[in-house]
Amino acid sequence: MGDIPKYLSDAGTRAALLDMLLDHVYLSLVPLVVSVVLAIVLGLLCHRFRQVNATLIALSNVVYTIPSLALFAIIPAVIGTQVLDPFNVILALTVYTTALLVRPVAEALAAVPAHVTAAATAMGFRPLRRFLTVELPLSVPVLAAGVRVGSVSNISLVSVGALIGTGGLGTLFTDGFRQRYLAPIIVGIVLTLVLALVVDLLLVLLRNRLTPWVRAGGAP
Amino acid sequence: MIFADAVAWLLDPVNWSGGKSIPVRVGIHLLYCLGAVLGAALIAVPLGLYVGHTGRGGVVLVGGSNALRALPTLGLVTFLYLVAGGGTAGVLIGLIVLAVPPILAGTYAGIQDVDRGVVDAASGMGMTGAQRLWRVEVPNALPLLVGGLRNAMLQVVATASVAAYVGIETLGRPLLDGLRVLDYGQFVGGAILIALLAVVLDVVLAGVGRLVVPAGLRLAAKARRAGSGKARSSGAQSRRRGEPAPVESGGSTA
Repeated sequence: MGDIPKYLSDAGTRAALLDMLLDHVYLSLVPLVVSVVLAIVLGLLCHRFRQVNATLIALSNVVYTIPSLALFAIIPAVIGTQVLDPFNVILALTVYTTALLVRPVAEALAAVPAHVTAAATAMGFRPLRRFLTVELPLSVPVLAAGVRVGSVSNISLVSVGALIGTGGLGTLFTDGFRQRYLAPIIVGIVLTLVLALVVDLLLVLLRNRLTPWVRAGGAP
Repeated sequence: MIFADAVAWLLDPVNWSGGKSIPVRVGIHLLYCLGAVLGAALIAVPLGLYVGHTGRGGVVLVGGSNALRALPTLGLVTFLYLVAGGGTAGVLIGLIVLAVPPILAGTYAGIQDVDRGVVDAASGMGMTGAQRLWRVEVPNALPLLVGGLRNAMLQVVATASVAAYVGIETLGRPLLDGLRVLDYGQFVGGAILIALLAVVLDVVLAGVGRLVVPAGLRLAAKARRAGSGKARSSGAQSRRRGEPAPVESGGSTA
């Protein structure tokens, strides 16, 4: 372990680490943002149409069962991208995160008390406005819990992409293994954990900002 | 067409016999997975039961298993492989480390979720702590416990594929070899096998879950669902991934 300072002392290594870290952030957070939007739309469909609900939940369970390495390989075969295209990893993680989020979103929407929606309707809210300003905000705590799990799992999964040429910090693991050198592997693990922790803290802050009524002690 | 190549690779008799054939690799993959889940269960189930039953250390446990979930699997496997100086021991330890959090979380959440009224009734009937644990809490916790085992199995199946990178002969091997020699049929064929194995194992464990969960519990859940409609159903069904309170639920790193 004594060679970590030596490993980090090289300015070129540090610059490369920063690049990989930014790459990692991009690869893990783009799918997160895209799938939040997708999951809200799909969750709304699930909430409104029973049939869609059963199908989507079953589908997302199957998707969630497929190991990441397999999905990374199957996606280019399905949509015809290059095998080493970073888009494959982004799409795979988007699929996972969406599958993770659809059910909580649908359940959170279903859990909005009927008297609250009725009050909004009585105040003259049209369905779209009611959804965006009443039902969706009330679902934020549940959505946020799902997003936190999604961010941790994305940040950890991006590394697997290193095996197919797109790995962010995961490249440190393949490099370290090839050179039989522990320092980059340890640095990679630590940076991944720290990144996951920082993103999680930011998500908690964001959730608290979006749900001021929780701290004020009010119930919907 | 890549899929045609993949099917051709899957059906090629050459890949179905010999020391590096598909059946041998499926077998090795299964051995690693079963060994790891069994090993992890031996550690995680007693610990989860203890913490759930006594209520001591729950916060530490949930926090700790969440932190473990952020561990990059490839990093853990390469790290342990180099530290252990090669061989299967490093890989197996890595798999066990990754399988512990979901089982622990499932066991703990299962015990915690047991209706307090039921536990109080058991105490009121004069049951001792151990009787309460084994005859009331454990049977009631089984759905979530099995959910934890399923999550652990998914995690381990995925990681055993990734671990082919350090040289073990699991189903990740044909995939990685296919990529190296640019044989995309083999690359995608290997991926399809991994996905199939994961789905089949999950279905098998779901079936085992149905067998071991007491019939009374299923009836109670059904009655609850039918009785009070949609609002309650989320609680009755929240047995695994994607549930509303995922902080203490099973793993999600596929």
